[in-house]
Amino acid sequence: MVQLCCPWCGPRPGNEFSCGGTTGIARPPLECSDEEWARYLFLRQNPKGEHAERWRHGYGCGQWFNVLRDTVSHEVRAVYGIAEPRPGAGSSP
Amino acid sequence: MTADRDADRDAEPLRTRYSAWNLLAASRRDHRDWASAWRDAEPKARYDVVIVGGGGHGLATAYYLAKNHGVRDVCVLEAGWIGGGNTGRNTTIVRSNYLYPESARLYDFSLRQYETLSRELNFNIMFSQRGVLTLAHSRHDLDAQSRWANAMLCNGIDAELLDANQVRALEPRLNFGDAARPARFPILGGFVQRRGGPARHDAVAWGYARGASALGVDIVQNCAVTGFLKQGARVAGVATPRGEIRADKVALAVAGHSSVLAGLAGFQLPVTSYALQAMVSEPVKPVLNTVTLSPALGAYWSQSDKGEVVIGGALDHFPSYAQRGSFDVMQQVVAATCEMFPSLGRLRLLRQWAGIVDVVADSSPIIGATPVPGLYINCGWGTGGFKAIPVGGWTLAHQLATGRVHDLAAPFQLERFSSGRFVDEAAAAGIAH
Repeated sequence: MVQLCCPWCGPRPGNEFSCGGTTGIARPPLECSDEEWARYLFLRQNPKGEHAERWRHGYGCGQWFNVLRDTVSHEVRAVYGIAEPRPGAGSSP
Repeated sequence: MTADRDADRDAEPLRTRYSAWNLLAASRRDHRDWASAWRDAEPKARYDVVIVGGGGHGLATAYYLAKNHGVRDVCVLEAGWIGGGNTGRNTTIVRSNYLYPESARLYDFSLRQYETLSRELNFNIMFSQRGVLTLAHSRHDLDAQSRWANAMLCNGIDAELLDANQVRALEPRLNFGDAARPARFPILGGFVQRRGGPARHDAVAWGYARGASALGVDIVQNCAVTGFLKQGARVAGVATPRGEIRADKVALAVAGHSSVLAGLAGFQLPVTSYALQAMVSEPVKPVLNTVTLSPALGAYWSQSDKGEVVIGGALDHFPSYAQRGSFDVMQQVVAATCEMFPSLGRLRLLRQWAGIVDVVADSSPIIGATPVPGLYINCGWGTGGFKAIPVGGWTLAHQLATGRVHDLAAPFQLERFSSGRFVDEAAAAGIAH
């Protein structure tokens, strides 16, 4: 990846950003089982293909935002706000 | 192939064992009477065990199933060619300089297997125990490394703390600076594991393949697994473009693609796939004595037997299945090389590549059962799978054959992610991730 388009700062070199992993993971209630908590903390789909993930513009505005990116071609399909739903995925973020 | 050559082959049994005598004897026929190293098999309809992934770990699992347990009705399925994934995409360093007792036992068992592997497999894996040197650039590095090295000694593994002069004697081309131009990253000392060093990656894959094939294991290349056959909840085999293959047990040894295969089987793993890149320079005469690692700069160096300087660095910090690395990471690694070895600064890079590594939260492997009955997995080695090929194969073969978890693998089960009993091994990464 050479460039990411920060929603606040515009297109910037990829190494100004850091990836925070899969986005839109709902936290289960605190009284959930250990297995469910482990699923929340660690289990991931880790897809080969389209992946909705969060990025932070650490060497820039410092803001978090979401990116829809292909993990094989590294093509960025969409950039959207941290609280916005994943584009083209109905209501689930 | 000429008729002449066929006649030659009929005349005398093909040679299978590598030895000085056979080399001499084979030269009489221009080396035409060597048997192929392994059979490129057609898959049968059913096996006792199917192993998905023909890298080092998968092939070693097949070899030890046949050798240690007499389970020979085994098939290894490889999507590409054997040893063409991470086994052919790493920097071939073998070491056991780990911190925790669980990891120390696991990786040192592996290193001890490597020490005798050439003889075991009758295949020269070119394991060169030239030492793995970790540099300390600050007082904090020195403190951390004395703890690290002392933990190793407590675990019965060789480690030697070095001062700056001893490091200089071991690897004189490092940048120590001088009074006029002090080094930007001063070398205050370090520690060395002298039993560590590089091995020949292809030889490890080919040696295990040859050994397994000779014991009756089928090795099938260009055969990707596209799905799993189920009987109730239990796995009953695999689907491939070359037909369905039924099996009592299926084992996955697919490194960076573990999540993809787990997805096909209907469960998730605590794994994220990243690209880890490495590169080699043009070949030069011997200039480097050891494997040198600078955790502070995030890079490490060794020299291959061909003379290429082999350079590895940190991984690309975003999920990736592309077998290529980012330019900015390569730039950091090259900058670190010019800083630590100024005399290598004029070398040209010959090749650069990346492998897809399977990283888990505690940088320790997963060797054992999955939530799907009949399906077993060996994954999670992250950036350090090559050194663990013998132990990964040995312990998973034990579980496949006996149904019991091997003692060495007991701390490395999937359950630890819900029990919280991590083996949080920062040393697994070798360099900071």
